[in-house]
Amino acid sequence: MPAHLSARLCSLALSLFLIAFALPAFAGPFEDAVAKFANDDFSDTEEAIGVIASSGSKLAFPIINALQDGRLMADPDSKKVYVTGTDGKSIDAATGEAVASVPDSASAVRLNNRLRRSVDAALGSLTLQSPDVGARLQAAQSVFKSHEETALEAVDAALAKEANRSVKAALGEARAAILLFKSDATEVEKLEAVAILKARGDQDALALLTGMGDQPASVTKAAASAIGSIQNSLAVWSMVQNAWYGLSLGSVLLLAAIGLAITFGVMGVINMAHGEMVMIGAYTTFVVQEVIRTRYPGLFDYSLLIAVPLAFLVAGAIGVLIERSIIRFLYGRPLETLLATWGLSLVLQQAVRTMFGPTNREVGNPSWMSGAFELGQITITYNRLWILLFTLAVFAILLAMLRYTALGLEMRAVTQNRRMAASMGIATSRVDALTFGLGSGIAGIAGVALSQIDNVSPNLGQSYIIDSFMVVVFGGVGNLWGTLVGAFTLGIANKFLEPVAGAVLGKIAILVLIILFIQKRPRGLFALKGRAVEA
Amino acid sequence: MFNKSTHDTAASFSRRGVLAATAGLMLGLASLTGAKAADDTIKVGVLHSLSGTMAISETTLKDTILFLIDEQNKKGGVLGKKLEAVVVDPASNWPLFAEKARELITKDKVSVVFGCWTSVSRKSVLPVFKELNSILFYPVQYEGEESERNVFYTGAAPNQQAIPAVDYLMKEEKVKRWVLAGTDYVYPRTTNKILEAYLKSKGVAQEDIMINYTPFGHSDWQTIVADIKKFGSAGKKTAVVSTINGDANVPFYKELGNQGIKAKDIPVVAFSVGEEELAGIDTKPLVGHLAAWNYFQSIKSPENEKFIKAWQAYTKNPKRVTNDPMEAHVIGFDMWVKAVEKVKSTDPDKVIDALPGIEAKNLTGGTSKMLPNHHITKPVFIGEIKANGQFDVVWKTPSLVPGDAWSKELDGSKDLIGDWVGKKCGNFNTKTNKCLGSGS
Repeated sequence: MPAHLSARLCSLALSLFLIAFALPAFAGPFEDAVAKFANDDFSDTEEAIGVIASSGSKLAFPIINALQDGRLMADPDSKKVYVTGTDGKSIDAATGEAVASVPDSASAVRLNNRLRRSVDAALGSLTLQSPDVGARLQAAQSVFKSHEETALEAVDAALAKEANRSVKAALGEARAAILLFKSDATEVEKLEAVAILKARGDQDALALLTGMGDQPASVTKAAASAIGSIQNSLAVWSMVQNAWYGLSLGSVLLLAAIGLAITFGVMGVINMAHGEMVMIGAYTTFVVQEVIRTRYPGLFDYSLLIAVPLAFLVAGAIGVLIERSIIRFLYGRPLETLLATWGLSLVLQQAVRTMFGPTNREVGNPSWMSGAFELGQITITYNRLWILLFTLAVFAILLAMLRYTALGLEMRAVTQNRRMAASMGIATSRVDALTFGLGSGIAGIAGVALSQIDNVSPNLGQSYIIDSFMVVVFGGVGNLWGTLVGAFTLGIANKFLEPVAGAVLGKIAILVLIILFIQKRPRGLFALKGRAVEA
Repeated sequence: MFNKSTHDTAASFSRRGVLAATAGLMLGLASLTGAKAADDTIKVGVLHSLSGTMAISETTLKDTILFLIDEQNKKGGVLGKKLEAVVVDPASNWPLFAEKARELITKDKVSVVFGCWTSVSRKSVLPVFKELNSILFYPVQYEGEESERNVFYTGAAPNQQAIPAVDYLMKEEKVKRWVLAGTDYVYPRTTNKILEAYLKSKGVAQEDIMINYTPFGHSDWQTIVADIKKFGSAGKKTAVVSTINGDANVPFYKELGNQGIKAKDIPVVAFSVGEEELAGIDTKPLVGHLAAWNYFQSIKSPENEKFIKAWQAYTKNPKRVTNDPMEAHVIGFDMWVKAVEKVKSTDPDKVIDALPGIEAKNLTGGTSKMLPNHHITKPVFIGEIKANGQFDVVWKTPSLVPGDAWSKELDGSKDLIGDWVGKKCGNFNTKTNKCLGSGS
């Protein structure tokens, strides 16, 4: 069988890569097709991909693989096409012979989205029998996506040999997707296909079932019931998804607000420059990454771990400086504090703008912060997950610090009754400076995390200051637990409102609800009771 | 890159605005006293925000005009006089734009002003330019539905950017289902209205169009990206047409990348993402997403190569990128110089009458022409994002597209034209043969 043969040749090409290169290539249509890459015309390239993928040549896989990675070089003058290997060695794509060097006039063959899909489909059927399990799984998935009839034989051949369970399941799904769209497949085959897709039960399966077009009546009926059951299960999952998004948004709010819960909540300083402390933390991350990029590129994945303590120190030190030079003269005068910190926030913004420029700075995501994994039918992105965990850790450490350390004890004493604390021998002004520094430092840490999901620009802080005040006031001033509950409540409420009302209206609705809530409970969710309130 | 986060500061933070305004004024005054000019110069006003949220985009345009003036002076200036730039900082504050424009025209007596970015800033200076009869060159793509005697629009109108982009997706990518996602303000809303009407005229059903608006500076895109994914799994090829502006683009693209939406599955075509915006993003996950502009830095033409080289030398930064609104200023500046030399005067009335019909080379190898409706002819390019943050042009219009001041897709404006040569009217109704007069 030719399919068997070509599949075998493929696996041969993979396992005996170098030997395959040395073998002489076919003459005729294959060579013509290869030469088409040099035309720099998208339709010609598409044609070439089709011919090469079905040619059965040992060079098909290396050529298409190189095309996908941008390693297929074409020389428009001589119409010669070269494959440059990842090891820097090059071969002539038409003959497979090694060449000393690719001429300077050659440039990588260009792709557009349509061609990328063709390349994926072609690579899918070419790598269905790759020795690597991951590659086979990926191949099965791309065949599922493209569900081209021509891939059916290759899928059947691979299915007969496949031993790995998950790859086998993926191949079965790919086969079902092909059969569903194959006009001359039998009704029984199609019904089976619908059942397999129903069992898969995700949005891709739903897309295939809704888009399958004219079918025999029994198939249409089975598909309709499958669509119904998939939609029901997806509706449940979308609730779970909203809840997860809410937790994630809540963690961002909490992270931004947690420093303010100290400076505003515990100390009572209306600190409008809080957002700028977050920004300084983000810029610290940028500087750390810059240094790592230029000097120690190997450490890039650890850049955030290095940035966290540095951001705490930088923002904390600036916080102490601000407290000593400005805020300590303004205790008990909230309006002046508000104006002074406001002016300060403008000064800090413009300073950063002058130093780093007005444009966004690129802060990269380390590999462990990129990508996502599937949990049931929802996608959980790693950066959001890490930020949630990080926020909870920061919160726990802060709570423990206030509860179990001497500094924490002094802070609580000073904020609860300043004069009593002073008469007990606590240096209140030193504690004030340290408390403000702590709040600012935590804002700096928040900046490290936020640099992963938002822009690092001089305006970064502005977008968080309102939300931070909202969370602290809503949760109850002076109560860390209130801030935690407040942040997650707002996050989850926002994310359940957003799909219904849209992002703009959702945000407005939240603000209205908070205004109403504050009318009812002016001190927030968890009001402090006792003498501290009057102080 | 257009209008950016002002939503959260507008109401409760008006004091910040006052502070910024005062600071801006003081800076402006300082620069004035320092720049007492001789009479043998022609003054050119530059009205771009150098501080505040728009500084990120507008600072580059200020530099562009300074660069162009520098180049022109090396050639001997205009009418034998040197050009002199008067730079003011409207600080991303819309009312301040009007104040600064008035100051430029009455106090500094500039002959022409190059400036504004957001539509709201342009609307705020319009009455000033009309009252004092001066000239404004506006370099940014915008929503159209406007043609004023004193304004020359060198950026793209919707039919020079949005419509060709949608055509490309329909033809090349066979898109059947559309997400129109935008930031919540006038430019995206008007553009989406035009696009919706256009798509429906092409037979797209209402249920195949999803429209979504987000606030300025929106940073949590999880829900919306999940919605787009869901909308895209209805068995029809789906694309996103993005009029998302400014900073919000970075987290939007990051979320797309993280949730694994690739350009080959659901392509995003953006009207506000250029080379400058991509400088802040890791572009590897974005390869294949699209942008529609009238200029890309990567376009190979002798004019462009010369310009990029001179620009990078002028800014002393070999990595400095160029972008579409910069090219609009290059064309506009050239047209103004030619018009002034043609009438041998900087008198606004004479220059305004001379400008329609003036031609200037654009940087992509063509020649743009100023039209009677004060818009220009431009080529339209569709570029795919490459891994290095530049664009690879995958499609372009066969010839230059003349800009429509009034969209042909909207019921309210399809009969209107702007014609400042024959009809002397910005909103002439071709059905009733009447000029609607001022107050467009």
